[in-house]
Amino acid sequence: MDKARSLLSVLVYPIQLLVSLPVELTEELFDTAISYSQLKEENVNLRRKQLFFSIKLLKYEALEYENIRLRALLENSFKLGEQVLVAELLSVNLVPYEHLVVVNKGSRFGVGVKQPVLDANGVVGQVIRSLPLSSEVMLITDPSHAIPVQVNRNGLRTIAIGSGQLDRLKLPFLPNNADILPGDLLVTSGLGGTFPQGYPVAVVGGFSVQPNKPFADIYAIPQAKLDQSRELLIVWSDSTPVPLIFPEEIPEDVNASE
Amino acid sequence: MLANKKQKLHGYIVTLIFAMVLKIMPLPDYLSRLNPDWVLLTLIYWNMAIPERIGVFNAWLVGLIIDVLTGRLLGQQALIYSLISFTCLKLHKRLRQYSLLQQSLFIFLSLLFSQIMIFWIESINSITQFTLIFWMPVLIGALFWSFIYMTLRFIRILGQIR
Repeated sequence: MDKARSLLSVLVYPIQLLVSLPVELTEELFDTAISYSQLKEENVNLRRKQLFFSIKLLKYEALEYENIRLRALLENSFKLGEQVLVAELLSVNLVPYEHLVVVNKGSRFGVGVKQPVLDANGVVGQVIRSLPLSSEVMLITDPSHAIPVQVNRNGLRTIAIGSGQLDRLKLPFLPNNADILPGDLLVTSGLGGTFPQGYPVAVVGGFSVQPNKPFADIYAIPQAKLDQSRELLIVWSDSTPVPLIFPEEIPEDVNASE
Repeated sequence: MLANKKQKLHGYIVTLIFAMVLKIMPLPDYLSRLNPDWVLLTLIYWNMAIPERIGVFNAWLVGLIIDVLTGRLLGQQALIYSLISFTCLKLHKRLRQYSLLQQSLFIFLSLLFSQIMIFWIESINSITQFTLIFWMPVLIGALFWSFIYMTLRFIRILGQIR
């Protein structure tokens, strides 16, 4: 059955491309018709951002090695770097009552089912079907999607469930006295194995205690720009246990980088 | 002769592809919830107009393509389309005699049947909660029928699709 679907999907791919063509063309037009001063301004902004991020990254590199060293001391496995693939969104609307999007990278690029998809701001969703030329991604806001998260401030773990609205996630499993505040950042907890740990998912938006119910009514606002980003990152993360790094191997590694 | 025949064949394939484009067109959320099933409407028209060309098997094939296009269970839309196509083929002589208003009523019932089947199948395999707006495309499709009928009739006469 999957083979039949892959075959047919190659046939219908041109239709999907055709549908998303107008949107792409208008975007292309806006890109081409941008004024010189605007371009210059954007360039300055980007350069500033780049500087800012590279300085931040410098610090992170040191921290990462420190983390690896500490984990080695604890005889714990460390996370390998994740591999990413940039995929572009096709502007098609599959069904109105589900949050599915189509991206233009499929199993020909090695994209597989259950792979997490991110954008520059946070987690977008996961691949639910990979076809030869394209793949279907379920957004985290789909009513049948759930993502294991933890509060970045204190490590409180819970599950965020899609609400069917693009700007809202539900956190239905937290008790009334949970230590969670509006503005708390929720990051992926890495439980469940689908999403790698530590990527931002949402910010807690509102908290209302219902005295007559065991669980509080909490909602969160997704960090990723689900309805705006056109470039998405498909991530390969190693969820299989990584071989242990022994303490004697570490110093060489660190020296090599310095 | 052969080229002519081929051209005639292209006529309704193009309209079906155009209907598919309309079906998956990106729209604002509230509009996409109202977007009727253009493919089914087009299919019903061709079933009525040229039943010896477009039959249940063609409807089934179109349904399969729609299943893949919209990422549904493979065969779901194919089943719905072939059932509706079968009724249309059975009734096509009578349907042609009806006024547009009466036809719209038939379209309304067909679309309602299709939506009920979708509702049934989707309720089994997903936890999506359907609100009343889920049924709106049925009404809108029926309202759009005269427009679709006129357009496709114009195309049929222009392209001499028989």
